[in-house]
Amino acid sequence: MNICVALGGNPNAGKTTLFNALTGSRQHVGNYPGVTVDRKEGRYVQNGHDIHIVDLPGTYSLTAYSVEEVVARDFLVNECPRVTINIVDASNLERNLYLTIQLLELGIPICVALNMIDVARSRGIEIDHQKLSRLLGVPVVPIMARSGFGKQALMAAVERVAQQPLPQPLRVSYGRDLETTIQSMEQVITKHGFLTDLYPARWIALKYLENDAQILEKGRATEARIADQLVAETQKVGAHIEETLETYPEAMIADHRYGFISSMLKQGIVKERFDKNRLFLSDRIDKVLVNRFAGPLIMFLVLFGLYQLVFTYSEVPVGWCETVFEWLSDVVSTQMPDGLLKSLIVSGVIDGVGGVLGFVPLIMFMFLGIAVLEDSGYLARVAFMLDRIFQIFGLHGSSVMAYIVSGGIAGGCAVPGVMATRTLRSPKERIATLLTAPFMNCGAKLPVFALLIAAFFPNSQARMMFLITLISWSGALLAAKFLRLTVVKGPSTPFVMELPPYRLPTFRGLMIHTWERTWQYVKKAGTVILGISILLWAAMTFPRLPAAQVAQYAADRDHMVAQASPAITDELARWTGDTPLSAGAARLKRELTASRGRQSAAALRYSLAGRIGGGLEVVSRWAGFDWRTNIALLGGFAAKEVIVSTLGTAYSLGAANDDDAQASIASRLTAEPGWRVLTAWSMIVFVMFYAPCFVTIVSIVRESSWRWGLFSVIFNTSLAFCVSVGIYQVGSLLGY
Amino acid sequence: MMKINIRNMKVDQEGTIASVKVGGELGRRLRDMGLVPGTAVKVQGRAPLYDPVALRVKGFTLTLRNNEADHIEVEIDG
Repeated sequence: MNICVALGGNPNAGKTTLFNALTGSRQHVGNYPGVTVDRKEGRYVQNGHDIHIVDLPGTYSLTAYSVEEVVARDFLVNECPRVTINIVDASNLERNLYLTIQLLELGIPICVALNMIDVARSRGIEIDHQKLSRLLGVPVVPIMARSGFGKQALMAAVERVAQQPLPQPLRVSYGRDLETTIQSMEQVITKHGFLTDLYPARWIALKYLENDAQILEKGRATEARIADQLVAETQKVGAHIEETLETYPEAMIADHRYGFISSMLKQGIVKERFDKNRLFLSDRIDKVLVNRFAGPLIMFLVLFGLYQLVFTYSEVPVGWCETVFEWLSDVVSTQMPDGLLKSLIVSGVIDGVGGVLGFVPLIMFMFLGIAVLEDSGYLARVAFMLDRIFQIFGLHGSSVMAYIVSGGIAGGCAVPGVMATRTLRSPKERIATLLTAPFMNCGAKLPVFALLIAAFFPNSQARMMFLITLISWSGALLAAKFLRLTVVKGPSTPFVMELPPYRLPTFRGLMIHTWERTWQYVKKAGTVILGISILLWAAMTFPRLPAAQVAQYAADRDHMVAQASPAITDELARWTGDTPLSAGAARLKRELTASRGRQSAAALRYSLAGRIGGGLEVVSRWAGFDWRTNIALLGGFAAKEVIVSTLGTAYSLGAANDDDAQASIASRLTAEPGWRVLTAWSMIVFVMFYAPCFVTIVSIVRESSWRWGLFSVIFNTSLAFCVSVGIYQVGSLLGY
Repeated sequence: MMKINIRNMKVDQEGTIASVKVGGELGRRLRDMGLVPGTAVKVQGRAPLYDPVALRVKGFTLTLRNNEADHIEVEIDG
């Protein structure tokens, strides 16, 4: 049998676990068009079945308030899956059935998978699933998604449902006050065939009473006259109910749905041996983990531990990646003749792709860590404990995860940080978080800070690092507040959130989760970054230094060699780097290197990037930056690591990759007349806040839209510039 | 019997929801989670800074901010 089956249910009901159990590795993830909601599809191939399964986003209801709900509803209505599997948490039956009732009211063929019957049993809950099936009029199959128990029976039931004709929509009675109106609206709707090609008539009437934005809009677009008539009826009954019962139609509808469920459950479906609200293991753990005093302490340790684990353990594989790419660029360097093509392949392609793939182990470990925290249920507790603080800045308790990963504890990375905002279900808070997370001090900004601190604040390094961390947190939180008051303003999304019982994550779930995220990153970021890295290479290479100047530098060097005694030139020519050089030879070598350095600096100044840097001096002087700093900051768009090495080239020191070279840049900067403590402060703040690197921007675009990606470049750079100019100008006035 | 707001309930205090007086998205979210009149609730705990509050309802735990809980009136004994 070859059919399409949807899988829907409440968050935390085990939907993803069941999806993994059914499809195994035959699945792929995409996005629903226009929104960042994962669309997972897979195939169940067994006993002659070939069933296409689509995993709907987890929802508690089918209203039109959240993206997830709209996506789920539209899928059910527009793509008409032959059967919908409704997964229901047996240990939490009453609330889970609320969605089931709404699915039945929509008149779609469903099959209930009663999950976690083992958990329910351990909590003293026995469910008569046969009776439940009779009362609901659909198959109810007990399963344990974690072990795969019951999955064959479930799919057999799905097949039976698929062979039956489409069911009649369920009719729940909504009480005398509403029923009259609903039925008269139903008649109008049926008579005019108003939206009935998509939805059952009674369901449309209910949505009008519930004031459902999507349906109201669709109705207006279809036939305004009837839409107005329905709205008028709704308002009439609404006013009446508000006057006599002090409630709203939508509240009454919810009450009656829950009433319907509890009267059904009272017919001997659920037997409970214990008090419903007694404390289970999970609640006893919570007594400690969210305790007023121990809770925050444990949370700090857990987050810090996760961070340490991720960044320590990913160091080794990241090192492997670097070694491979270094080896590759060595091979190309030695095998290919000098020239543009070699420069393109080494500096453009290998460095660019290497830069992206170098992040991969980090992202894998980070997502493994986040998946453990999320799947175990601890992340919800973190959000619960920290929400009060983040709420002040218009954010959500869950925002902390993105901040920490991005470098809230100095040394993270904004790429997984931005991707971590997926765990946030509140749209406005999510945008504000992902736009401000790059303000944190990622590992690539640290060498820049280290360099400037070593040069200008040699005696207070630790204190400076701490101060820098504080500044970036305050900056991020204040910027978030600013964004929430302007571009993403509006009341906060309701925090109403379930604290799911603690569960041991399944190995398979963790692996699939981690792999998906990593692969998405490699696939999309890889292609874009390659292009951008080639562009940047071109900007820093073309136009090339005129031949006359190149010849001049070469002539200078020939002159140096000619002036030296033959013994020295001979020694240098035979030198392999193992033995110490004589004083004369060392001096000649230093002079030659310096000449090459001057040539690269001149070439950089002559290139497009150099010209832009020079052009920007007019503005950047306000913040105390000259053209050299400008080029370095421009290079930082590609990756913040580039800042230090570009500074090295611009100050004609050659590419500065090792500690020696960094130390020499530091001493060079302190000696440079344009540099003083104030310039260092200005640059530290600018690097902290200005445009995120391209990999981060690509991630922002993927997690929101290209508009927000562009916004983050402009907003962050303007903010950084204003702050830097402020510091530099006020500081100068005060005589620093 | 008296009616109080959830904000004023103590940890481990129990009661029955009397009314949920809010519409719109918040009202919908609360009702979706089963916070309808007649439902038994118990304050299971509060975050370290007193807000949000964790409630035990229909056998599961849910959290909401104090300013959201203010719309819910609870009948308690005594």
